[in-house]
Amino acid sequence: MLANQIGYYSLIIGLLFSIYLCAVSIKDFNNTNRNVSPNIITLSFLQLTFVIVSFLSLIFSFINSDFSNETVFNNSHTTKPLFYKISGTWGNHEGSLLLWLLVLTLFIFLFLIKSREQPKKYRILTLLFQQLIIVGFFLFILKTSNPFNYLFPVPKEGLGLNPILQDPALAIHPPLLYLGYVGSSIIFSASLAAVVQNYISKEWGQHIKKWVLISWIFLTIGIMLGSIWAYYELGWGGFWFWDPVENVSLMPWLTLTALLHCILVLEKRGTLTSWVVILSITTFMLSMCGTFLVRSGILNSVHTFANDPARGIFILIFLFILIFLSLGIFFLFHNDNNKNSSNFYWLSKESTILVNNWFMMYFLSVVLIGTVYPIFLDVISAEKISVGPPFYQKLIAPFLAPFLFFMSFGLKLKWIKSKIENKSSLTIFLIISFMLTFFILKDITTELFFYTILISAAFFLLFTTSKELFLKRFNNISQAVAHFGFSLLILSILFNGILSSEIITNIKVGERFNYNKVEIFFEKIEEKKESNFDSIIGYFKITNDKGKVVELNPEIRFYNQPVTITSEADIKTTLFEDKFLVMNIVKSDDYFNIRYQVKPFMVWIWISVLILSLGGLMGLYKKKYEK
Amino acid sequence: MKTLKFFLIISLSIGSFQLKSEEKNDEFKNRILKNIRCLICQGQSVYDSESDFASSIKLIVNKMIDDGMSEDQVYKFLREKYGDWVIYEPELNKNTYILWLLPLLLFMIGGAIMIKKLNFKN
Amino acid sequence: MKNKLKLIIIFVSLIFCFIIFYKGLDKSNTYTPKTNIEKSLPTFKAKDFSLNTYVNSENIFSEENYYIVNIWASWCVPCRKEHPLLMELNKNQSIKLIGLNYKDNLSNAKKFINELGNPYGQILIDKDGTLAVEFGAYGVPESFLIDKNKKIIKKIIGPINKEIIEEIKLIIK
Repeated sequence: MLANQIGYYSLIIGLLFSIYLCAVSIKDFNNTNRNVSPNIITLSFLQLTFVIVSFLSLIFSFINSDFSNETVFNNSHTTKPLFYKISGTWGNHEGSLLLWLLVLTLFIFLFLIKSREQPKKYRILTLLFQQLIIVGFFLFILKTSNPFNYLFPVPKEGLGLNPILQDPALAIHPPLLYLGYVGSSIIFSASLAAVVQNYISKEWGQHIKKWVLISWIFLTIGIMLGSIWAYYELGWGGFWFWDPVENVSLMPWLTLTALLHCILVLEKRGTLTSWVVILSITTFMLSMCGTFLVRSGILNSVHTFANDPARGIFILIFLFILIFLSLGIFFLFHNDNNKNSSNFYWLSKESTILVNNWFMMYFLSVVLIGTVYPIFLDVISAEKISVGPPFYQKLIAPFLAPFLFFMSFGLKLKWIKSKIENKSSLTIFLIISFMLTFFILKDITTELFFYTILISAAFFLLFTTSKELFLKRFNNISQAVAHFGFSLLILSILFNGILSSEIITNIKVGERFNYNKVEIFFEKIEEKKESNFDSIIGYFKITNDKGKVVELNPEIRFYNQPVTITSEADIKTTLFEDKFLVMNIVKSDDYFNIRYQVKPFMVWIWISVLILSLGGLMGLYKKKYEK
Repeated sequence: MKTLKFFLIISLSIGSFQLKSEEKNDEFKNRILKNIRCLICQGQSVYDSESDFASSIKLIVNKMIDDGMSEDQVYKFLREKYGDWVIYEPELNKNTYILWLLPLLLFMIGGAIMIKKLNFKN
Repeated sequence: MKNKLKLIIIFVSLIFCFIIFYKGLDKSNTYTPKTNIEKSLPTFKAKDFSLNTYVNSENIFSEENYYIVNIWASWCVPCRKEHPLLMELNKNQSIKLIGLNYKDNLSNAKKFINELGNPYGQILIDKDGTLAVEFGAYGVPESFLIDKNKKIIKKIIGPINKEIIEEIKLIIK
């Protein structure tokens, strides 16, 4: 009960701090001191503290199963394990908005203490723009999504959290993801501040790069965790479904990746300033737009929070105010005084980064249009259509091969003007890639032409980046690692897709099922009781065509609050392949429906994303090991 | 003896051919089922769903393919009964020209702008 | 000038997007198929409930009458709720009710009818649910009003209620 009060009033105080901070900052902006007043940094710290206190109060209420709090009542239950009581705090709409606020206030504080060498007015403006966002979220929470609403009389038990959300990957997925795309707010605010101060320059590029990298690394890992959860938890063995909520996290990643590359150009050559500003604005606007799409109930998705349109209207208006404001500032203040140097020589690193932008913006448009088009069509002509995986695959796949080729060449080009060096080794790599791919694929797929081009492009990138790593050219190792990771990712996804196989059948205890030289033996069932669910575990022995036996034990769980039945797949992971078995109840009889999948190279998908992120991490610490 | 061996080999290879084409047939049917949305569990495809609706659709689609209907005919049948929404891949019709063509248009415009900005001379 | 034109285009498109999203908020995000399109009656063969023989759709819908095809099952709870209304509707001379027993156990279905009464002129068995798909149904209960030209003019998703009964009575006068 007390936690409720503390949590609520901390939010009010935090909001008051915003207003006070803005007033103090404006005053400080106009005075002649060279440095930002230390009071401002203290105030920012205090604001962060109060948000943390509020967040901790909510966690406390969840841990204590304090059902006088409406959010806790709606999303928790006394029998939930402690870890999930805690993670349930941010697994709901109100709590996750508190997480938004936490990241927003944290990042501005970190920005202030890590940017002491930057110009004063720029820092203050960044603070002001960030406070605008923070105030918006304070108001949104206090007016429409208060995590501290009272329930009276106090219920004895809560409604519980959907059991498929009770999973470790899903517990840490929101915090990491938010550090990524909410963290892009600081890039947004800093870019607007820099535009107003005409400070978009090499120095600024150098300074902002680490923020872009930090946001990018967290966003990459956050998205990966969401996919890992989908793979382990949802039972169909897939990891990406082009669902609107997934798309909404991918879009800022695309612009953030493009931004990262543009910052490199800005840092080295001082050009592509317009791209940098527009991409900075777009990344955060896409994050906010994503929040709108997911929380307003406008889209049909398994992932959306159950919400009412009133909240949607608030975010929509807030979003468009920010868009108009940022575009207004861009048009008013942006000085594109580098018109001449924007004409890059075609064979240079700058131009490949421009080509990268071109492809990234195309991929972004495919995902964005695919996600929002059904809304437009429905409003304009009341026709409802679906835009599903085939759309995205058909529009993206053909462009991946040229994209990978450009990437391979681009990595080797120098700034300003370049020749293609080592033409012979490149040609050898190209030929090897092609032939290797052809020989691997010719017996296993019918779409030989298409896959050969795509996979050989990925192999080409793999070989060229591996060469960089082998030769230990430390001045660009972060770049090589990241692109190596990316090539590995594409290869893993493609080979996994081509080589995966699946057997679906209904089977009774004691039966054997044979298909394609694979035998599935349903040995027995055991029952188990846990604190918040009962379960049946199936014991299966599966013999593959080479005679090797694997034991898999999928589970069906019967939760009591809320009353749900979930299927927990059993997955045996090796470096070579994953074996995936999931079991479902069939309505009548004592048959069980099972899905057995063999998924080669599955774990390499996660490994390659980690390598990709590692490349980014190495970029952060570049100065320390490169000359 | 030799003729027996010969026939054995032929029948076995026909058998394995049949298995392969049965596999391909199953893959083909599964691909179609993955493209149909379940109306009851609206986040899943008919292939993944165990609902009543999904099992009925599976039976019908399997029968239609066995009767020799093409993929497009199956989709046309389902679209007529349930609306365009039921198929994951949007059809290219007057409602979806913008959907399919706008990204490609943007790509070409982007390419044109970029080529103008690049310097091809020394 | 060029800059101003760009600005205006961007401004207008953003306003357009805002309006679309604003209006989109009112739309439901779950999908239900359209209920107001006229479709022709499918042709099919089905097993009769009591006779246990196959009948043709032409013979089922042979009379120049209004028909209601009602999809039901003994395991379906809302079907029990709408059943009395169906009994009442059956008393009307200008309409005939045809039942479609969906994914049901024959003895349970017979018990259901014996217990609650039989409003149907004829009941067809749809054990695997494929007949319901021919009608464009996806759940239970669903009902279809068929006019004298053998066209499906009204589709009702979910149990029939009093308002719908009144609407039907108006149509069949």
